[in-house]
Amino acid sequence: MDTLMMFLYAVAVLGALLGAVTYAILFERKVIGYMQIRNGPNRHGPWGLFQTIADVTKLLMKEDIIPTAADKKIFVLAPVIAFAPAFTVFAVISWSDTIYAADLNIGVLYFLGVSSMTMLGVLMGGWSSNNKYSLLGAIRGVAQMISYELPLVLSVLGIVILVGSLNLRDIVYFQAEIGLWFIIPQFLAFVIYIISAIAELNRSPFDLPEAESELVSGYHTEYTGFRYAFFMLAEYTYAIAISAFATTLFLGGWLGPAFLPGVAWFLLKMCLFMFLWFWLRATLPRARVDHLMQFGWKVLIPLALLNIVITAIIKVWMGW
Amino acid sequence: MSIKTETMTLNMGPQHPSTHGVFRLLVEVDGETITKAEPIMGYLHRGSEKLAERFLYTQFIPYTDRLDYMNAMTNNYVYCSAIERLLEWEVPERAEYLRVIVMELNRIASHLVWWGTYLLDIGALSPFLYAFRDRDHCLDLLNEISGARMTFNYVRIGGVKWDAPEGWVDRVKEKVKVLRENINEYDTLVTGNEIFQSRTIGVGKLSKEQILDWGISGPLARASGLKMDVRKDEPYSVYDRFDFDIPTREEGDVYARYKVRIDELYESLKIIEQACEQIPDGDIITKKGQRIMMIKPPAGEAYTRAEASKGEIGVYAISNGKNKPYRIKLRRPSFVNVAILQDLLVGQNIQNLVAIFGSLDIVLGEVDA
Repeated sequence: MDTLMMFLYAVAVLGALLGAVTYAILFERKVIGYMQIRNGPNRHGPWGLFQTIADVTKLLMKEDIIPTAADKKIFVLAPVIAFAPAFTVFAVISWSDTIYAADLNIGVLYFLGVSSMTMLGVLMGGWSSNNKYSLLGAIRGVAQMISYELPLVLSVLGIVILVGSLNLRDIVYFQAEIGLWFIIPQFLAFVIYIISAIAELNRSPFDLPEAESELVSGYHTEYTGFRYAFFMLAEYTYAIAISAFATTLFLGGWLGPAFLPGVAWFLLKMCLFMFLWFWLRATLPRARVDHLMQFGWKVLIPLALLNIVITAIIKVWMGW
Repeated sequence: MSIKTETMTLNMGPQHPSTHGVFRLLVEVDGETITKAEPIMGYLHRGSEKLAERFLYTQFIPYTDRLDYMNAMTNNYVYCSAIERLLEWEVPERAEYLRVIVMELNRIASHLVWWGTYLLDIGALSPFLYAFRDRDHCLDLLNEISGARMTFNYVRIGGVKWDAPEGWVDRVKEKVKVLRENINEYDTLVTGNEIFQSRTIGVGKLSKEQILDWGISGPLARASGLKMDVRKDEPYSVYDRFDFDIPTREEGDVYARYKVRIDELYESLKIIEQACEQIPDGDIITKKGQRIMMIKPPAGEAYTRAEASKGEIGVYAISNGKNKPYRIKLRRPSFVNVAILQDLLVGQNIQNLVAIFGSLDIVLGEVDA
């Protein structure tokens, strides 16, 4: 692929992503609305379709406030740092057999490595705001994201052992070959992945870093206007990225009956994961910091290690 | 090498999402562990007690609405009953029944608000909307009889202001059935939830001694194993004619308070049902009570108490024979209950702070009067 094509692809993904985030937010509000016996946004456009656009426009037109006590450079940089890795991981996502950017042979590693950098944005935002709630939110956020990074990585390892490759496209081809999506042979890994992913995304019930009833708004308390919008964008982009990654790993990527193109299958499966995040948010209360840490270190990591051992034994036994 | 650390002073409130009003909490935190907590109140102080001295007896009733605005009917009642005791008036039976029905409906509304906002504090978003759906059933009924949704100004010295509109009692009966089913729903939605239980069981324990030492009353006391409820201990109005239980639990933790309040919802529904069956026809206010300028209690003093949704509310009234009170003293349960906070919070983390603070169920209008 030449440079121009690469550039065009990146722009196209960015555009598609902005649209996707816009409607993911509407989707979330509608889902939660119906679960809470109300209608959700329905004033802007038919079925509230322009609600997020109106919201973003409002945010963009707000005055840009940087608190005087804030560390200005880091404060300005934090939302960008939070967004950049969440977006760059899309390079290795293969939307269908033919639509992809980089056929990277270390795709899994690249995804996990780059995505863990989003934590930096949280830390920078929380620290530079010079606000106590932001600081507490950032401390919580970083502790949580580091703790749950481990089970996340370990849960993926089982698949890597089975496939024998870190290439995301190879993983999908392998699933096509054995005619089975990894959600079935790697069900334990799937559960661990989902739980850790929720913690990684700071979504309910693990939304401790931005617990509004305790820390006002967590690490982005001091952010307003377009910087705040950027944080939100980063959050939803990351949610989409994690969903896309899970689709590739556990639900066979673009595989599916032929009456729909591969991309459609991919996006549908992705929506399923997005729905799951929203569903949990409407249902569950927030976990407690110490419980969260204990659960991560004492339950999820041993389980993930167990999964690796079992997978390795099965691999040798079955001779895959 | 040792790292030097210091504690951080965190000022929660007066504008903070979980203070439920303008309450300020000055906490010293070491990491996330609280080492000192100091409640600061007074942001909503309006001098209600002093204001009472400038008004006719009846004119003070709307001010009692604004104490615990979640449970205004009981406030109305307890003030009026204190003045009635001064006057030594008999209140018509129908009025007493109407009072009981509206007080219990209001208690349900108040507990539902607590239930919803408490789960919001804990981080569950949906229960809030379910609670407000059901609270609206109660408020619609109260609106119909009194003309207001929150500040009712309904109970009068010597009776009540309005008689029940046609068919109101039947509508109450229907709503009781609806509410009972909906409250059952709550158990499936929240009570069994693993995360909810892990957040609440064993958190914020209050012993019986603490309860007695600090003069705490209401659901907080009952959750710590003290079977005290003014409705049973010293039945006022017509409460002695109904068959109901006082739910108590021994644990004294946040979860026990939650369960006690949920159980109280059922008991209130029971009382309403019985009151709707027994309610007689007749006057709703005494003749003398309608001439508000002429309400002049003989010189003397009286104290009455009642069981509000937050605890025991009391009014101490002193009359010097004029048509304005000489002194009104209000015992506000929220004010008494919130004092324990400084002991209860030490050693907890910020998340437990919110869980414990929420479980006290205070209303700032009442804390600050």
